Amino acid sequence: MSTTDQHHAAAETGQDKTPLPPAEPKPTADENTPWIIGFFFVAGLVGSLIFGWIIFPELLYSKKQQPISFNHAVHMDLVYDGCASCHYFRDDGSFSGLPDNSSCIDCHQVAMGVSEDEEKYVTEYVDQNREVPWLSHPRQPDCVFFSHAAHVKGAGMDCAECHGDVSKRTESRVYQENRLSGYSRDIWGYSISRLGKPAEGEPKTMKMNDCARCHQAETGHKGACFQCHK
Amino acid sequence: MTQTNATKYGMVIDLDKCTGCGACMVACYSENNVPFKKDESNKLDSINWIRVFKISNRKPYPDTEVCYLPMPCMHCGGIGDHGHSPCVSVCPATATDYDHSTGIVSQIYTRCFGCRYCMAACPYHARKFNWWDPVWPGDMEKYLSPNVSARMRGVVEKCSFCFHRYQLAKDRAYHEGRHQEPLGENEYQPACVESCPAGAMTFGDLNNPKHAVYTLKKNPHAFRLLERLQTNPKVYYISSREWVRRAGDNYLSHEETGSIKRAAANHH
Repeated sequence: MSTTDQHHAAAETGQDKTPLPPAEPKPTADENTPWIIGFFFVAGLVGSLIFGWIIFPELLYSKKQQPISFNHAVHMDLVYDGCASCHYFRDDGSFSGLPDNSSCIDCHQVAMGVSEDEEKYVTEYVDQNREVPWLSHPRQPDCVFFSHAAHVKGAGMDCAECHGDVSKRTESRVYQENRLSGYSRDIWGYSISRLGKPAEGEPKTMKMNDCARCHQAETGHKGACFQCHK
Repeated sequence: MTQTNATKYGMVIDLDKCTGCGACMVACYSENNVPFKKDESNKLDSINWIRVFKISNRKPYPDTEVCYLPMPCMHCGGIGDHGHSPCVSVCPATATDYDHSTGIVSQIYTRCFGCRYCMAACPYHARKFNWWDPVWPGDMEKYLSPNVSARMRGVVEKCSFCFHRYQLAKDRAYHEGRHQEPLGENEYQPACVESCPAGAMTFGDLNNPKHAVYTLKKNPHAFRLLERLQTNPKVYYISSREWVRRAGDNYLSHEETGSIKRAAANHH
């Protein structure tokens, strides 16, 4: 009471032109303000991080199963030439990529095992003379020219150096497709932040920067645009 | 300073042999997925990587003569072949680049944002702009070449000397374990050169004495277009007719035909 009276008195005399000093802070509300701001900041930050790192990738990538779950490990024990038994170079140096029925029917003209997937392959694809619509994990965008010959024949690289050790897989991985671009998640990589390295045996990330980084390290320059683009 | 040992792909076109049939243009459209419209009568917005122009000596009958002039991208190396081509030096997106290992000027469509500065800079009108997304009639989309990416609306495109054929030839060389050696002359030829029924076009490494273009470019009747600009193009023309050679550059009335070429040669 007394302090406000004194202020009024000073204002009335006109001698004190300075604005009124702020009222004494109400102890309860204002002391809590920084905590409230801090709480909302942290809650917002955590919420954004959860959305950005967990929910967004879930929304961005659709998950698809391969038409047939393929057991690479079983086949690797039976073939003579490793990966190149099915994923071979043609005589003109181009790479055949995913094999078609003609590579498979030598053994799988009729179902020979007890696997459900093999049975499905024979009845739905071989018998009906249809090719399997495999989903290609490392498929690059249309504007990219990738020479398998230059890397495998020229630089002597192993398939596993980029694709991971596929030969030990007993079933097909889930194919994740970017709903916006339509590209496989293998291109971007499974770490949405693109930090860290893929685990042992996992495929390497395949964005342009990943190519450039390896080219810089191995050849001393990133190469001209036309080397890999078409 | 010119790197005489580096591979430098180029073309020599004998204008005395060219009949103007346009087979090179058709081959190019088909090879490189070049889009076309239902109505191609407006040549200002039609796209072609090689275009056959008709030039005339503008004399009245019976002295009238015409000459057909096929014009692909000239793949300019700039002064001293340092890659300072008119288009490369102006591109703000680094979408076009000079490949020093082949001397080919590249165009990366996914990098181009369509400012068309390169089109303004190119003195040969070699570059074309996609005003529309390509529309392929019927099921023609299934016949597109997978070796050349189709372009989208809003980017510039141009002749690449069928660079994908170079890449495929290199693939074969890698497969056969001879990638350290230079490619053979016949291993890499652009579609237009292969299609020319008159044999007017020759393609190869301008720096390799074993290639036909090495000898042909030294023909006294050989010239390049607009040599005064010192763009150092890699497409040479041969004509025995003086008026054709004179039409290849902006000669002043007192200048002797061939004087610009000699001046440019001294400069380089």
